[in-house]
Amino acid sequence: MANIISDETIEYVGILAKLELSAEEKEQAKADMGRMLDYIDKLNELDTAGIEPMSHVFPVQNVFREDVVTNGDDREAILKNAPEEKDGAFVVPRTVE
Amino acid sequence: MAKQYETVIGLEVHVELATKTKIFCGCSTQFGGAPNTHTCPVCTGMPGSLPVLNKQVVEYALAVGLATNCQINQHCKFDRKNYFYPDNPQNYQISQLYLPICHDGGIEIETPAGKKIIGIHEIHMEEDAGKLIHDEWEDCSLVDFNRSGVPLIEIVSEPDMRSAEEVIAYLDKLRLIIQYLGASDCKLQEGSMRADVNLSVREVGTEKFGTRTEMKNLNSFKAIARAIGNERERQIDLLESGKAVVQETRRWDDTKEYSYAMRSKEDAQDYRYFPDPDLTPVYISDEWIARVRAAQPELRTEKLQRYKEEFAIPDYDAGILTSSKRLADLFEEATAICKKPKKVSNWLMGETLRLLKERGQEPEELRFSPENLAKLVELVDAGTVNNRVAKEVFEKIFTDDIDPEKYVEDHGLKAVSDEGALRGTIEAVIAANPQSVTDFKNGKEKAIGFLVGQTMKALKGKADPGTVNKILKETLSR
Amino acid sequence: MGLMDMTALALAKKIRAGEVSAPEAARAALDQIKKLEGAVHAYVTVDEEGALKRAAEVQKKIEAGKLTGPLAGVPAAIKDNMCTKDLPTTCSSRILENFVPTYTAQAVQNLEAAGVVVLGKTNMDEFAMGSTTETSAYGVTRNPWNPEHVPGGSSGGSCAAVAANECSFALGSDTGGSIRQPSSFCGVTGIKPTYGTVSRYGLIAYGSSLDQIGPVAKDVSDCAAILEVIASYDEKDSTSIRREDCDFTAALKDDVKGMKIGIPRDYFGSGLDKEVKQAVLAAAEILREKGAEVEEFDLSLVEYAIPAYYTIASAEASSNLSRFDGIKYGYRAKEYEGLHQMYKKSRSEGFGAEVKRRIMLGSFVLSSGYYDAYYLKALRTKALIKQAFDRAFAKYDVILGPAAPATAPRLGESLSDPLQMYLGDIYTISANLAGIPGICVPCGKDGKGLPVGLQLLGDCFQEKKILRAAYSFECSRTYEAPALAGKAVE
Repeated sequence: MANIISDETIEYVGILAKLELSAEEKEQAKADMGRMLDYIDKLNELDTAGIEPMSHVFPVQNVFREDVVTNGDDREAILKNAPEEKDGAFVVPRTVE
Repeated sequence: MAKQYETVIGLEVHVELATKTKIFCGCSTQFGGAPNTHTCPVCTGMPGSLPVLNKQVVEYALAVGLATNCQINQHCKFDRKNYFYPDNPQNYQISQLYLPICHDGGIEIETPAGKKIIGIHEIHMEEDAGKLIHDEWEDCSLVDFNRSGVPLIEIVSEPDMRSAEEVIAYLDKLRLIIQYLGASDCKLQEGSMRADVNLSVREVGTEKFGTRTEMKNLNSFKAIARAIGNERERQIDLLESGKAVVQETRRWDDTKEYSYAMRSKEDAQDYRYFPDPDLTPVYISDEWIARVRAAQPELRTEKLQRYKEEFAIPDYDAGILTSSKRLADLFEEATAICKKPKKVSNWLMGETLRLLKERGQEPEELRFSPENLAKLVELVDAGTVNNRVAKEVFEKIFTDDIDPEKYVEDHGLKAVSDEGALRGTIEAVIAANPQSVTDFKNGKEKAIGFLVGQTMKALKGKADPGTVNKILKETLSR
Repeated sequence: MGLMDMTALALAKKIRAGEVSAPEAARAALDQIKKLEGAVHAYVTVDEEGALKRAAEVQKKIEAGKLTGPLAGVPAAIKDNMCTKDLPTTCSSRILENFVPTYTAQAVQNLEAAGVVVLGKTNMDEFAMGSTTETSAYGVTRNPWNPEHVPGGSSGGSCAAVAANECSFALGSDTGGSIRQPSSFCGVTGIKPTYGTVSRYGLIAYGSSLDQIGPVAKDVSDCAAILEVIASYDEKDSTSIRREDCDFTAALKDDVKGMKIGIPRDYFGSGLDKEVKQAVLAAAEILREKGAEVEEFDLSLVEYAIPAYYTIASAEASSNLSRFDGIKYGYRAKEYEGLHQMYKKSRSEGFGAEVKRRIMLGSFVLSSGYYDAYYLKALRTKALIKQAFDRAFAKYDVILGPAAPATAPRLGESLSDPLQMYLGDIYTISANLAGIPGICVPCGKDGKGLPVGLQLLGDCFQEKKILRAAYSFECSRTYEAPALAGKAVE
């Protein structure tokens, strides 16, 4: 395997993705990611010099909305699925100490 | 000899645009409102919702870019900035990294050493985050998404500033340009204009920049000046004691006049930007640029010149009036109604600024209408109210935007101009104050002042003191 | 013939004629669901009460002459990644187990406006990540042709429900083959339209630049009629395309004379099962006999589509799925200390292994220092793949090939080796990268009695060409339902 994924990398990606893996999952993730990256490295066989990265398949541009208020107060619906709600707001663990 | 240090400052200025709706959905951007009452599936990150760009955001960003002499990226697009925080409902912010709408501009500021250009590195469009309210009783925070998705432009300057004074001059100039364009009201206190300060120090004469820190939470020009002074000293102290400055983000606490590092092992500061697949690119044609350029309103320099010529008001007045878009608008609109520029200017330069200062407010917070100011000017001019009453009425206009004609009528504040009524009162005052009459007749000129005062008092101030004086003298010399 | 044995169009015709009512049709579907769900498990949520209520309303409108469309009154199933107001929408994930949307996806709204009666939500691979419907948090779906085998995925529930007559048709979504491959495994017909044809508003995103909603049904005519209804320009979806050529049923002609059909040699290499190959080439022969000009050619770059796809799809997914954080909706961990632990625990407990695998990969390929080498490289490869298709469609009207390298694998065989599972997407994935439409129609069975699907790909906006070729081919055979589907009714 050409791509050796370190514990630090898995730890770092876990911080980025907000995922906490068990020791067993970490080992599995290291192996899986290494194999996938080896496979993705296949793309290096292709000469893509001078090729523009293609985000959108179609050259559609300038899709706009007019600046007109279309939404009213939708609070009840917005909060309907909240795991925890208080005073019309979503509740989260305190964000500043 | 102690080392000499130079401060190097660059600013990231966020400005909330004056659109009616959010950048990617049809929710109102209006301030206030109970938590989450200006929200929808898009600006709360509901599954399956998709963003659609508000065209007016591009118009405003383009106008600011052109007014600050920027180059326009005619092909620009939006990228996602990925980070987790509760005020960010999708846990990514839609912003522009790779192709921002404007780049490489600059504006001129005045410094004690003369004019100086502050470069603008880029301007990009992005969405604002929601608000976190920290619960006072429980160990939690509340998330309100009313501000989530409000359009912002971020104006990133080059590290061209060397002092707090230059920073303030730059911000002032930038604010005025944006206000004149009508792209934002730019209120620091309310957060519609926010500045993050990137600061480093280096020994005078060196070319290489020092390590910089970024300072956030600066809510007023004064806080910015204090934070700059404090951070400069902090960095110099570190260097003098042989320590290194750490590149980090710091939060300024203006009440404690102290900043602290906003560090967490959970913040990797790796935003994994990539083009947002839900939004299409924006193409700004030459015609579009030309149209926005042509529609650009008169900016301050031109307005200043025009005021001097058109209204024949002193340079000093013109300077003050054009220093705020709101003042200038009030001046022009009230003058258009009453055609008395000097008198309108006097109200704005005098009472208006005095009351603002008294209340610690900015001209942009003025809420009264030019119609009511114009009416007051007319009332004074016609002698319907005297100056003292006028000031009282103006204060009501200032606070509650009342209609002065109606107010004067309702409160019986009209000056008593009927000579018959005046004479009656004066006769009574003379009769009641024989000593003063005697004094006056004996050559004590001052005694007339007392009698005028007594008459005004009897008329509850609603007479023209000059007329009272005249009639008194006539009566006494009979 | 039972009501659920009929195609959607045939059933709707009877309803319009007053021979059957919409509530009767809905009841027939619900009965079939009751009888077969134990064996198939195609649904995550069945909304019996709501379906009957909606059917009664639809019936009134049909009788009042307010609903006259070709699908009015027909009962259908919706893949559980499309938001449905007041009806739970889980993406087959624990993280959305209690999520009830407050709005309905545009495609589903279009169906409802046409008088289609929604029965419930179908099972899928969690967040559409998988090819077997085994990564669902709510249990596997079984292949109606053989319950020991998978139905394919990720729209496995939709395809199994159609095959088992548990609905008249279904909606699926296709990010890398998720409609075409399970259609192939279940012996039904499915279309992935040109990107932008069906609004994505309300479709819970996996890979936003690749996702498309499409129909799954018993035959090509049904699919064309359904696509005609769900296709619409939507101002709420910036990537939606304004099309004037959505009269897809007009293409249903048994005529391929002079049609140029290309068979990519690259699709018939060593990885392809012999029986699948035979069935697909036999189908090509039928089209040739009907007058099509069929020839082999080299498409090229086929082996690069999978690595490019997994890079792009995982990257987009890592960002799209970050909104599931336990704050606004969905699962929140019961115990945690502080904000960051709340995030981590909620997400780690809420997402399954395959989803976590792709989020990790996607976060990595976008992270500092790797973006150019992986993500941009994949977007450049995508551009090359698009060019390869452009060259091919300059010569051919339709590209013909298999939808999957083999027929449905046995349950439990695929997940142990993710990379091997990803390789199964080789024939379907490039259509998503290039944004082109594809259809899968049944073309035979293998020795185990499992269906084989024929895939026809067309150039962007050329749905009509693949519909005509598929329809012509279909005219040469009759629809076969799995034995299990027929047993239950009548």
